[in-house]
Formats: sequence, structure tokens, C-alpha cells
Amino acid sequence: MSVLPDIATVPVREHPRTGTWSSPTLRYVVGRVLSAFGTLVFVVLFNFFLFRVMPGDPISLYTRGRAMDQDQLRALRSQLNAPLGQQLLEYLTNPFAGGVDSIRFNEPVWEVISPRVPATLLLVGTATVIATLVGVWLGIRSGWNRGGRFDKVSTSTTLVLYSMPEFWFGMIILIVFSVQLGWFPVGGLSTPGTDLGTPAGWLDVAWHLVLPVTTLAVIYFAEYSLIMRASILEERSQEYVQTARAKGLMDSVVRRRHAVPNALLPTMTLVFLNLGFVIGGAITIEYVFSIDGLGSLTVVALQGPDVPLLQALFLLFSAAVIVANLVADLLYGWFDPRVRT
Amino acid sequence: MSAPVVPPADAAGAPDPARRSPRAITRARRRASAARFWAQFRRNRSGMTGLAVLAVFALAAVFAPVFFDRSSLDVTQATGLPFEPPSWEFPLGTDDVGRSVLALVVWGARISLVVGLAATVISMVIGTTIGIASGHYRGWFGGALDRLTDWFLVIPFLPLAIVLATVLGRSLLNIIIVIGVTSWPGTARLIRAQTLTVESRPYLERSRALGASNTHQMTRHVLPNVMPLVLANTTLAVSISILSETTLSFLGLGDPTTVSWGSILEQAFSSGAISQGAWWYLGAPGVCVVLVVLAFNLMGRAIEDILDPREA
Repeated sequence: MSVLPDIATVPVREHPRTGTWSSPTLRYVVGRVLSAFGTLVFVVLFNFFLFRVMPGDPISLYTRGRAMDQDQLRALRSQLNAPLGQQLLEYLTNPFAGGVDSIRFNEPVWEVISPRVPATLLLVGTATVIATLVGVWLGIRSGWNRGGRFDKVSTSTTLVLYSMPEFWFGMIILIVFSVQLGWFPVGGLSTPGTDLGTPAGWLDVAWHLVLPVTTLAVIYFAEYSLIMRASILEERSQEYVQTARAKGLMDSVVRRRHAVPNALLPTMTLVFLNLGFVIGGAITIEYVFSIDGLGSLTVVALQGPDVPLLQALFLLFSAAVIVANLVADLLYGWFDPRVRT
Repeated sequence: MSAPVVPPADAAGAPDPARRSPRAITRARRRASAARFWAQFRRNRSGMTGLAVLAVFALAAVFAPVFFDRSSLDVTQATGLPFEPPSWEFPLGTDDVGRSVLALVVWGARISLVVGLAATVISMVIGTTIGIASGHYRGWFGGALDRLTDWFLVIPFLPLAIVLATVLGRSLLNIIIVIGVTSWPGTARLIRAQTLTVESRPYLERSRALGASNTHQMTRHVLPNVMPLVLANTTLAVSISILSETTLSFLGLGDPTTVSWGSILEQAFSSGAISQGAWWYLGAPGVCVVLVVLAFNLMGRAIEDILDPREA
């Protein structure tokens, strides 16, 4: 590696930048949005066809365990016997509400799903924020003083945490802190009968959230700190860090002002990319802690199986992750101008 | 001026190097590099710990019928009382119907390890094939494969696996297929990047100039070069497959007729082991999962360190 970049490899900007919305930026944004849209279309089509190639009579699958009179059955049959193109068109125009009601709840799927969204958002959101903050802090500390005692303890602990099934860890802390010690509630999101509009109600929710959020956050801060550590190590060997040191800057300033901002980028991308896995974790965690959110709903839906509900949940989870990834891409472009050109 | 020195025809009596077949040379070189790899791996303490832990579990799984008769899994032939804490007779206590948890865990090792390994093989084959093909073909075909990888990379894993497992039905083979076909995109991405760097080397240009077919280029030149990366990735992927099996079985998507660590956890959870405070029933299968997954992770990291000593 040479010290100075070879002049021929420095990209020549064809369009001088006139503002934030100059053409490379615009091209980057439009490209990302189109690609996210393409992924969404793929997921919708995948979802549509997957459940139609399912073996067995779709009518019996859709109506298992539900009393329907002949008129309803006839309507459903004619709906499912319509030409595939027509069904697809109907599905595309309204993938959530169109078609068949949830079998278990006997309601349009959207009405089953929407009241349960806030609980999952609260759980996944809080856990992600805590996991990111703790993971980044641990990663910086252990990566900057690599091989030190802190690094050794923290790296081996995170490796063990990273190897745990999250729901198992949840069950273990549930058995210790709720059943044996009785410090925290055994499940749910609030004590029945609490008014959620008051500060006392919020405290009650927070108290219920301690164990599930800790479980989810612990598993993911382990992963984030491993990535942050690797990324800090990578930046530490870069020449600009050497330059900063050569200028005589204090170690903490080199770390805080020079290395960390650059090392944060890959970690942030991972946090967003991982959202799909965090949602997966929320499915089992909500089940273990009996939180009535989308995760518990998924477990209920797969036990029927309640196909229309499962289909809608899958679509919703995928769409959420696609949007989160798009946001990550755009933020990355904002923070790191190199990717925009 | 002295006369040019002519080397004697067979001075050392060794076989003439030119007479060995290319295959033999390749084989000798592979053997040497495997020996070098093993020598380095043996010096890696955490990698060797992982290997030892794994050997213990593999032995337990293979010889499960020697330690515990199959009837110890039979609900109707349970010998203990429900939820008995650990004792001399039941070193890991009993489950909700009075079966020995140790017997369940030892038998469960078989399914968990088999599913983990088999699913990883499927995932590696798909990932490597798509990765190499998408890096090798430059036109629309490679682009399409790359796009496909992108799409599957974004779709959240567990919801996808749940949906597929529901569609396919509950059996041992299906859970292997579900994990295999949902976990390949990460590998494909990695292999594609490596393929792109291999493709730019001169020997591939030479092989193209000599008229090698696409298949020849991919199998004889690219594949041997991405293989070390595939192996390192395989070790890490097994741990993810085992975790996935545990999660899917815990959600009741495993084969209902077999015992795996995930299905023991499901049984424990649904039979109220938490409110009974039966920590041994929940703890034993979970600790097994953690140990095996950790063992594979440690080995994977050791292999990565040897192949890419940049960080070590």
C-alpha cells in the first residue's frame, strides 16, 4: 500500500457539485428508492404465489375450524377460482385487506394486526436503541485497547451471549427474576386495569418491559459490539489515525473525533440490516413473555395455520425491514458522501 | 572460460518431477497445505477447545442408544415423577411426565446436530453455486442472480422460515430444507465478492483465451480458490443452522415425532416448567445449544484467523 493515493485512481467528478441535490445525489436516492420498491414487489409476488402452490384444497385450508354457510363458501370458491391474473391484480391493489378474513379471529386481517403494532414497535424499538448504545460503547472500549483485560472479558462474554437462542435466555431470566425472586411481572405489557394515559401507567409498562427488552437487547448488543470492535480495529490502522496521532492529539481525541465517526458507519448499517433478525427475536420473546403484539400473533397464526393472517404478517414484517433498509441506505449516503458518486 | 556444467541425469535418484502427473502434484500440494493448516489450528487454543467440545457432543449423539434405551423417550414408560430435581438416579432431573432429562438431551443431540449439518450443506451448496455464477456471468443472468440474492438477504429470516415451514408441513426433512433454503444469501454475497477478485486474475484470462468453457472456468479455477472461504463460512453457518432449528422447533414447527433440543424447550415451556421453577428441564437443553453453537463459532473464528491473519 502506498502512502499517497495514485493520482490516476482518484475519481474525477464530471459534474461539479452545485448543492445537496446535485445529480449524483439525486441518482443515488432515486436508485435506492427504486431498488427498495423492486424488493417490495418481489416480496408481494412471492407471498401471493407461495400460498397458492400450497398442497391441498385451499378452501379447506382457508376455512379450517370456521363455520361458513353455503353462500359464503360459494363466494370464497368463486374468488379462488377466478383467473390467476385477476386474483393477482386484486391482491396487488390491496394486499392486506383484500381476500379472506383471518380464520381465527373472523375479522379482516388488518383489523387483527393494527391494534397489536404498538406493543411490538415499543419492544423492538427500545431494545434496538439500548443494544446499539451499549454495543457501540463496548465495541469502542474493547477495540481501542485490544488485548487488554476489558477486551478479553468483553469479547468472550459477547461470544457466549451471541451463541444463545434469545428465547432461552428470556426463559432463564424469567425463571430467576420473576418466579424465584419475584422482582418483575411474569408476563404481559401492563397490569390489567391500569390507565395507560397516566405517568403511573407508563411506569407500569416500563416495569413490565424490563425483562423482555433486556433479553432482546443483550443478544444484539453482543453482536453489535463484535462488529464495532472489528470496525474500530480496522480504522485504528488507517493512515489518518496515524496522522492525528503524529499531530500530537490526545488519545481520547483521536478516538472520539477521528476513529469513532468512521467506525460507526458499518455498525449503523448492520443495525438496520439486523432489524429483520430483531423482529424474528421479537416473535419468540413476545411468546415467552406473553406480550400481545405481532410476534405472539404470528405464533397464534402458525398454529392453525391461519393462512390469511400469516400471509399478511409476513408481508408486514418484510415491508418494515425493506423500509428500514432504505432509510439506512439514504442515511449512509448522507453521512458518507463517497457512496453517492 | 570453463565448460558449462551439465547436471547429472539422475543425481539424487528422486523421481523426475516432470514425470509426475499434474493430478499427483495437485494432490501433494493439497496434502501439504492441509498439514500446514492443521499445524496452525492446533496452536489456536480456543479453536481446539471448540473442537473438543464438539467431539464430546458428537460421541454422545452417535452412542446415544448405548447410554439410554430408546424406551427412555417413551412417555408411557417414564420411570420418575414429574418435575423431579436432579438426583443420582436422574442427574438432570425429570420432565413433566417423569422422563430423564439427561436421556432426552442426549437423544436430542442427534436431531439437532443432523439438522444443523444437513441444513448447512444445502445452504452452502446453494450459496456457493449462486455466488460463483453471479460473479462469473457478466450479463443479465449474473445481474438477475445478484438481485435475487439481494431480495432474499432483505426478507426477515424467521418470518420467512415460519411461512415456508407452514407451507411444507412438519417433518424432519422439511425443517432441514426450510433452514437450508432461507440461509444461503449471506454465503452467496461473500462468495460472489471473492469470485470477482479471482475472475480478475491473469490465469482466468489465460484459460478464457485457451477456450475454456464457463463450467471449466467455474469448477476448475474459481471453485478451488473460493473453497477455503466456503469452509470457514460453513463452520459459522452450522451454528446459525442449529440456532434456527432450536427456534423453529420451539415454535412447534419441528417434526412432532422426534426429540431435539428445541422440541424439549417447547415441551418444557408449554408444560409450565417456568412457573414450576424447573430450571434443570429448561436449562439442560439450552446449555447444550449454547455449548455446541459456541464451539462452532470458536472453530469458525480460528479458521478465519488462519486463512486471513490480518487481525490475529
